[in-house]
Amino acid sequence: MDRWRALVWRFLFHRGKLAAVSALVQLVGVSKTFGDAAAVHAIDLSVERGKTTVLIGPSGCGKSTLLRLIIGLLQPDSGQIQFDGTQLRADKIDIVRRHVGYVIQEGGLFPHLTARGNILLMARHLGRPKNEMLARLSELCALTRFPENLLGRYPLELSGGQRQRVSLMRALMLSPELLLLDEPLGALDPLVRAALQKDLKEIFARLRQTALLVTHDLAEAAYLGDEIVLVNEGRIVQQGSLADLREKPASSFVSEFINAQRSLAVI
Amino acid sequence: MRRIWNPGVQEWFGRILIFSWIPGFLIFSASASEQVQIGSKKFTESYVLGEIAKRTLTDAGISAEHRQGMGGTIILWEALRSGQIDVYPEYTGTITQEILKRSDELTFEQIANELGKAGIGMTEPLGFNNTYALVMLRSRAGELGLHTITDLKNHPELKFGLTHEFLDRQDGWRPLAQHYQLNPQNVIGIDHALGYGALGKGSVDVKDAYSTDAKISENDLVVLEDDRQFFPQYKAVFLFRYALPTPAIEALRKLEGTIKEAKMTRLNAEAERTKNYTRAANLYFEDSSGSTRLRQGYGVASNTFGETFPHKLARWTARHLELAAFSLLLSVLVGIPLGIFASRGGAIGHAILGFAGIVQTIPSLALLALLVPLPFFGISVRTAIAALFLYGLLPIVRNTATGLQDIPRALRESAIALGLSPAARLWQIHLPMASRSILAGIKTSAVINVGTATLAALIGAGGLGEPILSGLNLNDHATILQGAIPAAILALLVQSLFDLLDRVLIPKGLRL
Repeated sequence: MDRWRALVWRFLFHRGKLAAVSALVQLVGVSKTFGDAAAVHAIDLSVERGKTTVLIGPSGCGKSTLLRLIIGLLQPDSGQIQFDGTQLRADKIDIVRRHVGYVIQEGGLFPHLTARGNILLMARHLGRPKNEMLARLSELCALTRFPENLLGRYPLELSGGQRQRVSLMRALMLSPELLLLDEPLGALDPLVRAALQKDLKEIFARLRQTALLVTHDLAEAAYLGDEIVLVNEGRIVQQGSLADLREKPASSFVSEFINAQRSLAVI
Repeated sequence: MRRIWNPGVQEWFGRILIFSWIPGFLIFSASASEQVQIGSKKFTESYVLGEIAKRTLTDAGISAEHRQGMGGTIILWEALRSGQIDVYPEYTGTITQEILKRSDELTFEQIANELGKAGIGMTEPLGFNNTYALVMLRSRAGELGLHTITDLKNHPELKFGLTHEFLDRQDGWRPLAQHYQLNPQNVIGIDHALGYGALGKGSVDVKDAYSTDAKISENDLVVLEDDRQFFPQYKAVFLFRYALPTPAIEALRKLEGTIKEAKMTRLNAEAERTKNYTRAANLYFEDSSGSTRLRQGYGVASNTFGETFPHKLARWTARHLELAAFSLLLSVLVGIPLGIFASRGGAIGHAILGFAGIVQTIPSLALLALLVPLPFFGISVRTAIAALFLYGLLPIVRNTATGLQDIPRALRESAIALGLSPAARLWQIHLPMASRSILAGIKTSAVINVGTATLAALIGAGGLGEPILSGLNLNDHATILQGAIPAAILALLVQSLFDLLDRVLIPKGLRL
């Protein structure tokens, strides 16, 4: 099955390509405007293979819009989005989506399906063999520390943290090349949040997962991210490690943003 | 590993199909085209004449069916012209005024010629003149010293309770008031049979009646003399299609001149007393020649005569359920797809919701009357089902659309982002999530349909409306309740059945 998946992936993204490209996703001059809020302007961004890239910035700055453009929920007005060096095609987007996991703030779990039903939804749709799916399910439960006996519960019977774990499992079910996370921990209380941050970091490391995470919490960004991308008013202000941002701020906004989120220790 | 496999779409949809098909008796009643179809209007005398025609044809060895109380003049005329019925009793005055739309009085030959142009034949008069008349309680008229319609001029305070048909007819109330220069202060429209009750209680003083109406002697009423000869002649005849086989026409013609006023009044009285039109019709044959008397008691009599109440109730209820269930099934099959389109908004969505809304505002009686002249429909079960189907549409369309629109954007996008195909999103995500709203719409339609199906009796489609209509016609509360109570119980049962279905069909995760 993995070989099959790899073949499709090759076919879609490596056709005629000889040189390996290190960026899995590349945005070139991508713009999208609608009304006024959350627009993005001429964005250039690379998501490196095997790394966690974090998009951070004030709310309404356009960071979620970038994720929605990558997963094809929005079409760019101009610019290119490339997967593995090949431009994203609208008619192939459903196949691409199967190689991308997407987790949103409230989980986006379907209330009429059990945790198991949510996780297996897409695999069933693709007609994957039963025992293969069940094996993967156990694997994911272990990975995300989700008790298997809760798989029969409906989303409304789970806690917020459990729901996000289920949502993560659903996103990881088909072993995606890319994981998109849009403020996945935004609605959780601090203790649950801290536990999940730790687990996420472990999971990303163990899977060598390429991930693009959106958050407005600098500590979270610093803890999880290999690369931090600060976005403001639809433009990338600075990109680098937290140390880069702190020590060599590209503009006064960068310093302001970092200072506004100083930790308790600094106070 | 118990219940790992949740019910998929197919199973979910399967459940809908199964419950939709619960009534296994959904067979269109195909009426044999060989049978002569006899129609009658919604009043006692017309019922009795229809039964007499049926018995006459049956006795002559011709198979005949009587579709009782199909409504007013125009519905019957259209049904006759389009061949949905072959024969019905009519009155010369009504033919001139309502069918031929003439204000002058025509001779019998002129009428026959005009009808001939439409391919319709007319028998010679059956023997009685059932004209319109104004009637009052004998005591009340005596008190005021009223004998003629002219006398009413001096009493503008009297309350008139007139039938809707009389109020609108060209030979009805307005020209009558003009002719006699009447100007009463209080004129209301009231159902014919209910009007007699109103007369008795004194809530109205004057009402319109037919001169052979059994109620006149029964309720001790007097007919006010038409002293200035306003009312035209209303000689009873049978109208029939030329296409009818000659033996049938010959059999009908044997009835010409055989029913005098006194006899008709007696048959009407018998029908109202026994609440059995067949028995009243049989009385006509008993009074006639001996040879007919010998045949009395077979054929027609087996139909409604002697049927036990539980049996009748079962027949009405079965038909009622058939009407409601079949129309509901159609509403579901058409309404849910329309609702899906409507949920996408835009011009088409608004048009769909607008159309369903407009249908709902048409009074049910008017909707039936509009459908009857259409080629496919006519006086039939089909028409009743079509009307009920149209009524059932709006709640289902609207609830489907709202249910789908209420799905949060984040969940719609999650389904897209997973890579599910549009069909899979609809079946596995959208419809199950909207199921509560959709089922609530279906439940509303079902209850409305069970209630509205009583009107199907107006166009001869049967159901529990049958006893309600004849009870109204006979002003007999017991008969009305025979239909009204089962209909109400049925509505409650349907409601609870759907409450149970909610538990089966709405996914558990949505009921937490």
